[in-house]
Amino acid sequence: MAKRRGVLVAKAPGNHFLITQWRIVKTGLQNFARNLTLAIAAIAVMVITLTIILFSLITSATFNNTVQQITDKIDISVYLKDDVGAQKREEVIDQFKALENVKSVEFVSKDQALEDYKKANQDKPDLLAAISQTDNPLPASLRVKPKDPNKIEEIRTFIESPDIKALQSDATSYSGERKDAIDNITSATRFFQTAGLVGVAVFAIVSMLIIFNTIRMAIFNRRDELQIMRLLGASTWFIRGPFVVETVVYGVIASILSVTICHFLFVVSSSTLGASSFGLLDINFASKYFSDNFLLILTGQLVIGILIGAVSSVIATQRYLKFKTPK
Amino acid sequence: MILLDRVTKVYNRSNTALDRISLHVEPKEFVIIIGKSGAGKSTLLKLLTREERQTSGKIVIGGIDYDKLKDKDIPLLRRKIGVVFQDFKLLPNRNVFENVAFALEIVGFGNKEIEHTVPRVLDIVGLKGKEKRMPQELSGGERQRVAIARAIVRQPKILIADEPTGNLDPKHAWDIIKILEKINHYGTTVLLTTHNIEIVNKLKRRVVTIDDGRIASDRANADYGQTQGGARG
Repeated sequence: MAKRRGVLVAKAPGNHFLITQWRIVKTGLQNFARNLTLAIAAIAVMVITLTIILFSLITSATFNNTVQQITDKIDISVYLKDDVGAQKREEVIDQFKALENVKSVEFVSKDQALEDYKKANQDKPDLLAAISQTDNPLPASLRVKPKDPNKIEEIRTFIESPDIKALQSDATSYSGERKDAIDNITSATRFFQTAGLVGVAVFAIVSMLIIFNTIRMAIFNRRDELQIMRLLGASTWFIRGPFVVETVVYGVIASILSVTICHFLFVVSSSTLGASSFGLLDINFASKYFSDNFLLILTGQLVIGILIGAVSSVIATQRYLKFKTPK
Repeated sequence: MILLDRVTKVYNRSNTALDRISLHVEPKEFVIIIGKSGAGKSTLLKLLTREERQTSGKIVIGGIDYDKLKDKDIPLLRRKIGVVFQDFKLLPNRNVFENVAFALEIVGFGNKEIEHTVPRVLDIVGLKGKEKRMPQELSGGERQRVAIARAIVRQPKILIADEPTGNLDPKHAWDIIKILEKINHYGTTVLLTTHNIEIVNKLKRRVVTIDDGRIASDRANADYGQTQGGARG
């Protein structure tokens, strides 16, 4: 036996840390290729999970954008009597601006109101004729824009207060139809956000369970091999690492697939179908949002996918590989 | 090298597998442990490789006190002890070379050192030229040689062989024993359990007999007659 001292010492010289990490990654990739059928099941569920996460993110951003656009158009018109002077008017404007939920106050003069009216009724010559035969019957008004159209109680109370009421010529207009539309979209957004959250939670748990089982089966199939590794003095990470690598690969593949699916859902459908919206969903904005934030979305999906994979495999190996000696 | 002081192992609070075993093995010694099935031989070896923990008593191997050994250091302990099993425990998806190389991969040896070391160890156990064979293509004797090569490739101070000849015919069994003697000759402490009285008689080494969880006898150069041996085997 020609063993020389130094050749066969138990501790390896040099860069054995990197070599070991590389071997762990290599084994993980080999196991992935070997367990392909199990891997496909796990990846499929992860794809669903990640797609739901991404889809609810984008639809929620899109709905918020739609709400924002409509909100910008909503206003409350307070009609003023003709005898309200410029000074009084400025006072009232300042009072409005002092309210918390008021975004802006715009004064619309009688002349301006007439112009607007004419513009709005261009195609109705009899109306235009009627209005031109009298003095300008339209009142001046204050156009108040709220910050949050759902919380106009404060503004309403102020408008209804006797001091202000005394200055008004007509009943206040709350652009009611728009508010209904806003309410609809807001509740739809809330519904989709809640449904998305529930869906994400359910599918995240399901995909973790499936990954658990995938790894448990892999551990069961290779329990002899794992026992041998352990008896030969393989470290915990040397045994567990390949499983973690394997599930991280699931996560990477699943996140790329889910981003691809959402790309087809939003970007491709908006350009090929020429559709601008699916019902309430503004597909053009969704597509733009997706493209603008592509790198962020891809990174986020990768991080989530890798986390789901790594966490579930660490827990599964902890449970089924028992790293402690029984007493 | 190996010190056991009143080591007791009780399973499920009532089933005493080992009862106050005390044993001292010197470095470079060759010790044979015999006993009936269920006498406690396997339990003893499992305590040494720390697959099990003793219920009470002290175990010190190569200066390592098992009471002070943390779970995370068990792999380091096992890397210092070579183990050969009756059922070989080879990795089925790896060929002969890879099975032996695996023991070195665990410890972080580089590819160059592995390619340098493994063929030499395979030469020692007489498997030169069979590096590419898969375990299922080998005979029982050859498989056990692979297992021995794997156990000694890290040059352990202690080699534990748990009935390595149990599944082999007499000729192959004796080949394996000769390899163990050779390894012992180069300075490794060898602990061998066996049922085979013929081997015990031929080897003329220290023999420890375990019966019902206790050490029944501990003799140097023991020679058991055929009749007694038959009863023991």
